[in-house]
Amino acid sequence: MTNMSDKHLSTQYNAELSAISNQVLQMGGLAESQVAQAIYALTQLSPETAERVVETEAKVNQLEVEIDSELSTIIARRQPTARDLRLLVAISKMIANLERVGDEAARIARTVRRLIDSGISSRLPIGDLAYEADLAIMQLRKALDAFARLDVSRALEVLKQDDQIDQEFDGLMRKLITFMMEDPRTISSCIDLVFVAKAIERVGDHAKNLAEVTIYVVNGIDVRHTPAAFSLEEASVGATN
Amino acid sequence: MTAIIDLPAHEQAKLAVQNLNFYYGGFHALKSINLALPEKKVTAFIGPSGCGKSTLLRTFNRMFELYPEQRAEGQILLDGANILDKKFDVSLIRAKIGMVFQKPTPFPMSIYDNIAFGVKLFETLSNDAMDERVEWALKKAALWNEVKDKLQQSGSGLSGGQQQRLCIARGIAIKPEVLLLDEPCSALDPISTGKIEELIGELKHDYTVVIVTHNMQQAARCSDYTAYMYLGDLVEFGPTREVFTKPKKKDTEDYITGRFG
Repeated sequence: MTNMSDKHLSTQYNAELSAISNQVLQMGGLAESQVAQAIYALTQLSPETAERVVETEAKVNQLEVEIDSELSTIIARRQPTARDLRLLVAISKMIANLERVGDEAARIARTVRRLIDSGISSRLPIGDLAYEADLAIMQLRKALDAFARLDVSRALEVLKQDDQIDQEFDGLMRKLITFMMEDPRTISSCIDLVFVAKAIERVGDHAKNLAEVTIYVVNGIDVRHTPAAFSLEEASVGATN
Repeated sequence: MTAIIDLPAHEQAKLAVQNLNFYYGGFHALKSINLALPEKKVTAFIGPSGCGKSTLLRTFNRMFELYPEQRAEGQILLDGANILDKKFDVSLIRAKIGMVFQKPTPFPMSIYDNIAFGVKLFETLSNDAMDERVEWALKKAALWNEVKDKLQQSGSGLSGGQQQRLCIARGIAIKPEVLLLDEPCSALDPISTGKIEELIGELKHDYTVVIVTHNMQQAARCSDYTAYMYLGDLVEFGPTREVFTKPKKKDTEDYITGRFG
């Protein structure tokens, strides 16, 4: 973590904090790639890729367990305070969110498998789903990047852009409903795509959560459940001097 | 120059330090300290060795006057009256502001007399009333059950933790208003430390407590307010939960997270 440059008197403690932060980024990278792979499986209708995503989910889960156990050890050993405490509390929340991202990716992959098995019409708006997914993956990457650099302005961008995914999701719903009304034979596939769209929208929500905890690490301000404008302004002002 | 620090509106200042400077001969040990200590709350002073926290504590009962080359300038108001004023009777200050030191300092006398000694200086009590006072103080200090059958034995025969609680009992027996604790647990094992911390939590119902400690977690555990000092300056003062989760100053943060060096 580049911004955690101020060193502890204990080099071991330093090493523990940077190791756990790196593990979180590694887990984040894996979760992000899981989503990307799942969407690839959808657009290319590739059962092998879908299969691989489902298998790799175990690895994301495993990382969550490992990081969690490391967290308890550091807390017991170091009794962290102030920004170290905030970092560790934040990591605990981040890995829960990343694990869910992994779940959503696997959910998409399983749906893709089913869609391939039952035969999916090429007329359905898969391109729109891929676009929604691109937005979500970008949000996730940006949130992880903000955490790695402890960059509040980047985290704020993620919060601001969350609406875009929600709008995309609403648009997709309308489109899928139109398809189902026009041709009831597509209903089964369309319902599957609704679930995929919802899973992607959740990935965006998790990215938003990651951005929120990053702001907490840096400024000590909890921006969850606060009116957007107010929280954004406060977060950009209230840095520790 | 430290800014004047206001307490939250719901707190009443018991001791108010105003523009306090302190000198050891030519050495300027406290620099324009402004600080208000809330009544019936525990305030912890933290900071690296030599930052002035014990010096500040010792100005609160004019302990420094024992040494001619030491002097304090400014005001320390106890309920509005300046205790640094020469006209303020020093024995009255020490009756109102008790102190417990880093190393347990029992008098070389019985457990009973250790407590009765100070009381006799300020009050004339009947034997029964004195017995009651001794029992009350020992109970308050969570020591009664361990010593009630050996009150006539020497205080120095007790364990370190018991001796320290005896000193606290001695300090509260004269019913002070403020209790100053200078590293009260640094010579004690974790169990005795735990008992004293428990006791500090009890004591604040009746007294204003000020504790100097090197143990940051102890400050975090048992104080309501924390003051961080460095090189004779008061760097930050605030509610303990804020100082330990979200300090306002980077210097404070570096110190409490162990980045100080």
